[in-house]
Formats: sequence, C-alpha cells, structure tokens
Amino acid sequence: MTVIEARGVSKAFGKTIALDGVNLHLEEGRILGLIGPNGAGKSTALNAILGLIEYQGQLRVLGRDPWTERDQLMRDVSFIADVAVLPRWMRVSQALDYVAGVHPRFDRAKAESFLAQTDIRRASKVRELSKGMVTQLHLALVMAIDAKLLVLDEPTLGLDLLYRKQFYDSLLTDYFDRSRTIVVTTHQVEDVQNVLTDLMFINRGQIVLSCSMEDFESRYLEVTVHPERVDAAWALKPIHERQALGRSILLFDRVANQKLDRQQLAALGAVRTPTIADLFVAMLGDKPGDKPNQAGEARANYEGAAR
Amino acid sequence: MNTQSNVVPESPLDPRAIAPAALSETRPFYWSVRREFWENRSLYIAPLAVAALFLVGFLIRTMHLPAEMRDPALHPMLQLEFIRQPYDFAALLLMGTTLIVAVFYSLDALHGERRDRSILFWKSLPVSDLTIVLSKASIPLVILPLLTFAITIALQWIMLLLGSAVLLGSGQSVATSWTQLPWFQMSLILLYHLVAIHGLWYAPFYGWMLLVSGWARRAPFLWATLPLLAIVGVEKIAFNTAHFAAMMGSRFSGGNEGVGEKATGMSVALLPHLSPAQFFISPGLWIGLAMTAIFLAASVRLRRYHGPI
Repeated sequence: MTVIEARGVSKAFGKTIALDGVNLHLEEGRILGLIGPNGAGKSTALNAILGLIEYQGQLRVLGRDPWTERDQLMRDVSFIADVAVLPRWMRVSQALDYVAGVHPRFDRAKAESFLAQTDIRRASKVRELSKGMVTQLHLALVMAIDAKLLVLDEPTLGLDLLYRKQFYDSLLTDYFDRSRTIVVTTHQVEDVQNVLTDLMFINRGQIVLSCSMEDFESRYLEVTVHPERVDAAWALKPIHERQALGRSILLFDRVANQKLDRQQLAALGAVRTPTIADLFVAMLGDKPGDKPNQAGEARANYEGAAR
Repeated sequence: MNTQSNVVPESPLDPRAIAPAALSETRPFYWSVRREFWENRSLYIAPLAVAALFLVGFLIRTMHLPAEMRDPALHPMLQLEFIRQPYDFAALLLMGTTLIVAVFYSLDALHGERRDRSILFWKSLPVSDLTIVLSKASIPLVILPLLTFAITIALQWIMLLLGSAVLLGSGQSVATSWTQLPWFQMSLILLYHLVAIHGLWYAPFYGWMLLVSGWARRAPFLWATLPLLAIVGVEKIAFNTAHFAAMMGSRFSGGNEGVGEKATGMSVALLPHLSPAQFFISPGLWIGLAMTAIFLAASVRLRRYHGPI
C-alpha cells in the first residue's frame, strides 16, 4: 500500500523556495530518513504531509489530501514535531485523558505501560519534566496510537545519547512492524543509520538522493587508502576525498563507476561502508556551484548544526 | 453470527474504510471544553474566590444587621430593600468578575497555543479546527454565563442561610428574608439576563476577540481594542459624528432590546417589562449573532493556516 505519494510538490514562502517540485513515493512498512542541511526544506515537506501548510502540486497521504482533510487524516497519522510542543501546563494524566477522549485509536493501557517503565509520575505537569522525559511522554502517547504513519521531525533534538538510543530502541521494538510506516528527519544521522530502511537527501527544496539502505550499502564504499596507492585510487574516480590522521579516505560510487568491485578496492586499503554522514558531506558539502567550502569544514558545520 | 463485521472494504484506501466506526463528533468537543478548564483554571477559581471574599464581607455586615434592623424608624419597604441589597450586589459582582475573566480568556484562547507551540500537538490529533474554535467560543458564550448563574445561586443560598442563622441567633424573625424576597423571580431574571446579554448580546465582542487572538502575532489586547478606538477617532475627526461609538456603547450597555442595563438590578418590578419575545426578534440580536458567526468562521480558517509564532 502506498502511504505517501507526492508529485511535483512545491512551496514558496515569499521569494524563498522551500520545496521545489518534490516527488516522493513511500510504501507501507518502511522507515524513511529525510536528511538535509538546515533550511533544506525537510520540515516544510513534513508539514505539507501533515496538512499543516498549503502547497502546490499533488500530494496524497493514505489516499487523502492532507491540507483539506487534516482532522480525518490524523486518525491514521501521528507526529512528534519536536520536543517542545506538549503544552507545559498540562498534567501527564490530563494528556492521557485528552488523547484517550479524542483519539479513536488510542490504547490507554499501552501508554500507561510505556510510562510505567519511566520515572514520569501521572500528577506531574509537563513543565516539571526534564526534556528527555517530555520526549518519553510524547513517545508513549504516540506509540499507543494505532497509526499507519508516524512522522518524527527532529524527535531527539537536545537529548543526550542515552535518551536518543532508548528512543529509537523503543520505536523499533515496541512500535514498528511491517504494517506501519515511519518518516523521520534528524541531524543526528549516526543514531538512525541502522534504523532506516530508506534514505533521502534533500537540499534546497529538491531531493538529491533517494535509495533504500540495501542499495546504499552496496552502492557506496569508502576506502582508507595506503599512501603509496593514492594515485591508483584516484584513477578509479572517487566522488569525494577526506583526510584523517594523514591518510586519504576516498568515497566511491559503484553506480557511477560500474566496473568497480570490492576486491579491487580492497587492494587499495581498508574498505568499509560509509556512514550516512560521510555520504552527506560528500554529496552536499562541497559540490561545484555550491558556495566554496572545504569538505572538512562542511562536515564540521553539519555536526555543529546537529548539536 | 454477525456478518456485518466481516465485511471487507473494497479498497484499503477508501477513506471511509480507514475511519473507524463513527466516533461521535461531540466527544472531541466535550474533551476540548474540559481541556480549556484544565488550562484556564481562572475560569472557575476567579469567581469562586470573589464569592468567598464577598461572603466574608457579608458576614461582617450581617453581624451589624440586627442592631440596625431594630431601628424603629426603618420603613418596612426600606427594610426589605436593606435585606435585598447584598443579594443583588453579589450577582453584579460575580457577573463583573466573569466578564473580565471571559475577556482575558478570549484574547488568549487562540494566541496562547501558538505562542507555546502546543498548537502542533493539538493539530497532531484528529480534532478539526472547527471543533477547537467552537469549544473555545463556547466558554464565554455559553459556559461562563451558566457557571456564573450556578455560583451566584449557590452564593445567595449560603448568604440566606448564614444571614438567617445570625438573625435567629439574636432572636429575630427571619420571615422577611424567606417570604418577602421573590427568590424564584430573582433567579429567573438572573438566568435570563446572563444568557440573553452575557451570552447572546455580547457574542460579537467575544467572536471579535477570538478572531484577534487567532490573528495577532503579539499583543492581542491592543489589536482588539485600538482599531475600535481608531475608528471612533477617525469618525469624529472626519465627519464629526459618533455613530460607531454610540453603536459600541449601546451594544455594551445591553441596548434597548427588551432587557436594558437596568435589568442587572434584577428589580422584580422590572419583570413585566422584560420581553424575551421582543428581544429574540430584535434585529440587533441577529445582526450581532451573524457577525459572531463570521468572526468564528474566519477564526477557523485562520487556525488552519497558522502554526506556532
């Protein structure tokens, strides 16, 4: 079943083009990571999918037009926009009461059992909870909703490593199954590398990469090249180079260069699958036409933005 | 065997098949109204606090009452008026309180959720913008008038019992309070006044304030009041007239549509002069309600477009 179908979806805010003819097709049972630099259009894309903003082009989510049918759509879609949106005056028990009151697919017992594993007390107000606890509460509410599509926009922003790991662990073990679909945007790509089934890079409102994680792993290879083999390695047309500890690390795209095989690369040095962050920097960090920017600097900027 | 439940929808994408069996529209509305009371506890705490303070004042007065009522010079009518006065005053005070509460509530209703970004959470739930706006509008238009009525009646009963206890304690008759005061009519007039004036007649004010709270990025109070003052000023300078000011004034004072401001005194003598029929067919009422509907419809539309500020 198709969960999201977008054809030429565009959105401009004044003169700024946030989305520029985005096409997207997402099937049931996938976990899609939407990765992009700040201001690339990630949140705009999610907001369009969630019916929070108007857009040009064709967009169907679970067969509905999100802009005109938001309230109906929200029976089957849940989302966490970011950690700060639970109303601060609300008590935990009131949040449970309200969602149970208005949501036909909310399983209160399930939410209670998630909360039982945390230190969150029913009588606490949201303002009294730590940032990590607010996210746990929101996740408990959302995971207890029997939704078909879950949208997460920077769900772990500002959380420490333990909370982040726990967040994705519970999502995978207690929530995700083949009948559900998750779309997530995050700057903390290392957290989701092993969570995603599909990867999408978005830059300047356009989708610049769209592939499954299996394709990602077979397509991209990274080689830490022996100093004496550098020239031979460059002959194989890497798409990107970075330096680490005086060694050259080259990234190869096996679709662009069909003849490459793993053995051939292994002769040049240690071969491994790059991280999403590596590929991100390679593709978006120092493209010709982009502002002149060293790869290392782009990576530093990117990681700085993630913090 | 129930065959109905085994019917498989033809297409899994059919929206009607996705929507679970009729969740009644009133349930989200009910919970959204309750939610407003969770968030805005001043809605009931303020009138209850005022009522409690008033009760203290009333008790002190009642302590002095027996001495004053022994004054042989006091005419029976004046005596009745003297007994009755605090009850009317209690009603007025509570009305004033909830009026202020309602104004502040309305100006914040659609602004606060955008300010604290919680609108994103509310919009993640299957509740329509219409339901949210109506639930917020129902607070000043329906619920606060009824709540004011309930608290006033409860307060008046407590006053009556306490007052009687004090009178009995000093060995006097309580017959005047219990028999001479027209309790039923007083309550009825109060209820009518609250529903007709505070609910229906003031509705466009609240509709306007809700609209401004949903539109203004900041300072909704200024946006709600200054443009009205500006119109008054411009009209005065340009045409040397004051129609708009007069219109506002008549709207606020209750107009001449059957229940004037005098009715707030709830004089029993006024009862025959109250004419609900005349009120309900007056164009002023219906023009006001139509404007309220326009303001609310615009608020629903705005909420759809607006996100956090």
